[in-house]
Amino acid sequence: MGNGADKAQHVTGHDPNVRMLIMGIIALLSIVAFLTLNVRASWAFTLPFRAEKVLAIVFVGIAIATSTVLFQTLTQNRILTPGIMGFDAFFMLLQSIMLLSLGRIAFVQFNPQVKWLFEVVMMSGALCGLYYWLFLRQKRDIAVLVLVGIVLGVLFRSLNSLIGRMIDPVEFDVLQDLMFASFNRIDSTLLTIAGSTMTLVFVWLWRQRFVLDVLQLGDAVAVNLGVNRRAVTLKLIVAIALLVSVSTALVGPVTFFGILVANIAYAICGSYQHRYVIPMAALLAIVALVGGQALLEYVLKFGTSLSIVIEFLGGMFFLWLVIRQGRR
Amino acid sequence: MIAVQAVNKHYGRHAVLKDINFSLAEQGVTALIGPNGAGKSTLLTIMSRLQEADSGVVMLDGVDVHKADNAQLAKKMAILRQDNAINMRLSVYDFVAFGRYPHSQGRLTKEDLTHIDQSLNYLNLTDLKDRYIDELSGGQRQRACIAMVLCQNTQYLLLDEPLNNLDMKHAVDIMRLIRRAADELQKQVVVVLHDINFASCYADRIIAMKDGAIAYDHPPEKLMTQEIMRDLYDIDMSVHSINDKPVGFYHC
Repeated sequence: MGNGADKAQHVTGHDPNVRMLIMGIIALLSIVAFLTLNVRASWAFTLPFRAEKVLAIVFVGIAIATSTVLFQTLTQNRILTPGIMGFDAFFMLLQSIMLLSLGRIAFVQFNPQVKWLFEVVMMSGALCGLYYWLFLRQKRDIAVLVLVGIVLGVLFRSLNSLIGRMIDPVEFDVLQDLMFASFNRIDSTLLTIAGSTMTLVFVWLWRQRFVLDVLQLGDAVAVNLGVNRRAVTLKLIVAIALLVSVSTALVGPVTFFGILVANIAYAICGSYQHRYVIPMAALLAIVALVGGQALLEYVLKFGTSLSIVIEFLGGMFFLWLVIRQGRR
Repeated sequence: MIAVQAVNKHYGRHAVLKDINFSLAEQGVTALIGPNGAGKSTLLTIMSRLQEADSGVVMLDGVDVHKADNAQLAKKMAILRQDNAINMRLSVYDFVAFGRYPHSQGRLTKEDLTHIDQSLNYLNLTDLKDRYIDELSGGQRQRACIAMVLCQNTQYLLLDEPLNNLDMKHAVDIMRLIRRAADELQKQVVVVLHDINFASCYADRIIAMKDGAIAYDHPPEKLMTQEIMRDLYDIDMSVHSINDKPVGFYHC
């Protein structure tokens, strides 16, 4: 017993704030590296150009990391992501439907902020509707919600490819462009609206930080401790939908990356509390995305899309998690 | 006072609770006994608003628990369920501290810290408080769970088989603790038990369930008879008086 207790105490003894500070410094270094490595053109041009790009990548990293941690808390399952429930599939389907109904020219020229707002409202609305039906009318639990989400996700993806076959090749090209995550074609016109949405979500999350901790103990314990589970679940689903919209609109669908950063954050942040886990996961995401992009683009001079590397690593990690859980 | 009024519950076509009626005073130890599948756990989850009844109501101090403000209810009533799978990595201390959430919403005050230390102390967990919950044995985890609901410091405490996984010493310790909570802190503790002799020695009142209905509701002296035990459990049990307590013998 002695050894285990000592070890446990040792781990508990580390201040999560110190760990967060260290990760914050690493994140800052990767941002500086991204901004200053291998500058060819004048600084006056390069810095604002790269700053906009790095800001977008930072937003995406925070959004993916946070939405994954929240979704895993909600489902009490550490190998799920919002992507599994068809969040981003629905987002992509909305894009294809708009492309189909508006036509290519109108679709491309459509005001991106308005388009994004429309998509967010549709997505949150659909999820709340699904939630309302399953929980309040059918009295089902979160496992059924996830299951229905997985099935709907498949449906959305199939509808998406159906539309892909119906439209003409030029329009398909536009659609294809949206289907794969890319950190090189970031739509920077959305930065303001994405930033303000995230700020709102994070103000709410900060106020809910202790409730989130309680939710991790499971539904029954949370209710016993006085958490209004239905109301919190509904708000969490909206928060997740908003965050997924931010990342999907900016770069496209990313599936496994969230699992990677969330699980590393649980392991290294030294606390179970969301006020440490979420920032740690977000910082890890920034390091991986910004640092990775700097490495690929400016050091290795790869044309390879970062998303492929990240999804490969994330996918391997996901398999490892599944195999490890199976052994237990 | 908790009043259970005409509660019915079906799982599919199978009736698990049939017209349950009883009320609980503010103070005392009430044992809930009965064979497996009698509906004890279902009754407890309905009383504690974790599950809704098909019909009937549970009133706590005059308020329907399914309509009451959940946060207020958490200060009056606590439930410990049978299965407490916790798959997160946190220390025993942090886990027990969650019991104070209804009172402090996560910002622990000095009073909260006193309650936490007391609970850890009652459950013999002070030495284990820095251990991770997923590194504990089944019995130690069970004690941590009891410590959490205990430091919630509610008038009503509903415990579903709290003696699960516990060795004899800790089982006796828990039952003594329950008795003390009722006598010294004036609480009402409802406890689901399988060991009929623990019920007989520590409870003021025993509610015996069978096939989804309340079969008997008596003080121990009246309930512990050969006839009632045969009717409830379908075994032959000789009942003896040991130290003024009726004790059943059925082991061989």
